[in-house]
Amino acid sequence: MSNKSGFLNSSIGKKVLMGLTGLFLITFLVVHCFLNSLIFFNDGGLTFNEGGHIMATNWIIRVFEIVLFLGLILHIVQALRLSLDNRKSRPIGYDQYNGAASSSWYSRSMGLLGTLLLIFLIVHLAHFWVKSRFTGLPGEDANGHENLYAVMKETFNITWVVVLYCLSMISLAYHLLHGFQSAFQTLGLNHKKYTPLIKQVGICFSIIIPLIFAAMPLAMHFGLVK
Amino acid sequence: MSHGNMNLTLKVWKQKNKAERGRFETFDAKGISPDMSFLEMFDVVNEKLISDGKEPIVFDHDCREGICGMCSMYINGRPHGPKEGITTCQLHMRSFKDGDTIVVEPWRSAAFPVIKDLVVDRSSFDRIMSAGGFVSINTGSANDANNILIPKDDADTAFNAAACIGCGACVAACKNSSAMLFVSAKVSQLALLPQGKVERKDRVLNMVKQMDEEGFGSCTNTGACEAECPKSISLENIARMNREYLSATLT
Repeated sequence: MSNKSGFLNSSIGKKVLMGLTGLFLITFLVVHCFLNSLIFFNDGGLTFNEGGHIMATNWIIRVFEIVLFLGLILHIVQALRLSLDNRKSRPIGYDQYNGAASSSWYSRSMGLLGTLLLIFLIVHLAHFWVKSRFTGLPGEDANGHENLYAVMKETFNITWVVVLYCLSMISLAYHLLHGFQSAFQTLGLNHKKYTPLIKQVGICFSIIIPLIFAAMPLAMHFGLVK
Repeated sequence: MSHGNMNLTLKVWKQKNKAERGRFETFDAKGISPDMSFLEMFDVVNEKLISDGKEPIVFDHDCREGICGMCSMYINGRPHGPKEGITTCQLHMRSFKDGDTIVVEPWRSAAFPVIKDLVVDRSSFDRIMSAGGFVSINTGSANDANNILIPKDDADTAFNAAACIGCGACVAACKNSSAMLFVSAKVSQLALLPQGKVERKDRVLNMVKQMDEEGFGSCTNTGACEAECPKSISLENIARMNREYLSATLT
């Protein structure tokens, strides 16, 4: 098994890459969440479109868009590799398996939660990213910026979209609930003083970020943001 | 004493050898005392089987006092049964109710092939130890106890890691059959002490390489291993091993 040599092919190396890409995606969530929260200014999307304009015209952000996609693909490919490897490690399963006695269901279901998030992501990119980057947006707002806000309003008028987004944010919450603190543990960042803090911050993050994200389609759908 | 008043049904994995595909068989365990250990209950069942001219159920055991790491039964969906911090030999029948059906399986892992019935081959652990779980420097004759000063904290942490008896419950409990808790305990007990620090880089690289070659899975940090470990080995050891591995790779 000579192909198992080398850091990136070792079981620890693969997980370190999962942890690093995971933390990178977490930082992306913060930026994404902050920018989208600009809709809550409730000014017909002027501030939000302004933010979008800055993001679209800043070259650092454009470079990081590519880095983001690479990070995302790496996270997904590694997850697939690890899942396939791990499946091989137990060819005959247990007749009776009491997993709940020793671990949380979501820590054992990261692959399933991740798959749900991937499906959501494809729909989400088709809704907004493809339109803003390729097929074009419907006109400009009062400030002369591309009107992504109009697309948001139109998309979140559809009930099944709002339901899908809200359910996906539940998946995200559980994925983060395990992933946030798990990434630190994988990177070896475990310390008597800081690990309890990391775990608490992780729980807060996993609840607050998906909650803000879910608030956007809900607020638009029910006309709280106009 | 409530002697011999439990009647149980056992659903036990029977497998002739490594090559044969095993299956479950049902056995009656009659006249079991709640004060018996789980292994003593199997002794009673086997005595009956032998006197009936049938083949007994094969299981691993040695010290029967929770320190050898031989007994390895997966009982009702949990390694070493329903109690925490004990091995199968320390599990008593009072943890079950009269009339219960108990499902007993061997550890399930590609790296732990079944030899017969409930006995698995754990020599993969031995090969990991041979890859680096030792100190190879010549330490000479015993020094005065205070010649090498070791902080109490380090000594305690190393001792707690060294409590691992290599039973394999961590592998059995893990959804990925990962051996990270075992390997990290062995890496930690040596990396924390001056005598072990000398060879720490080669040790962690070689032991992890061997662990991967044996076909154990990777760590998803579910924490099932720590919860099921009869010696309560801490997950902190896995983080320490990851640090050791990262620094050995990067430097």
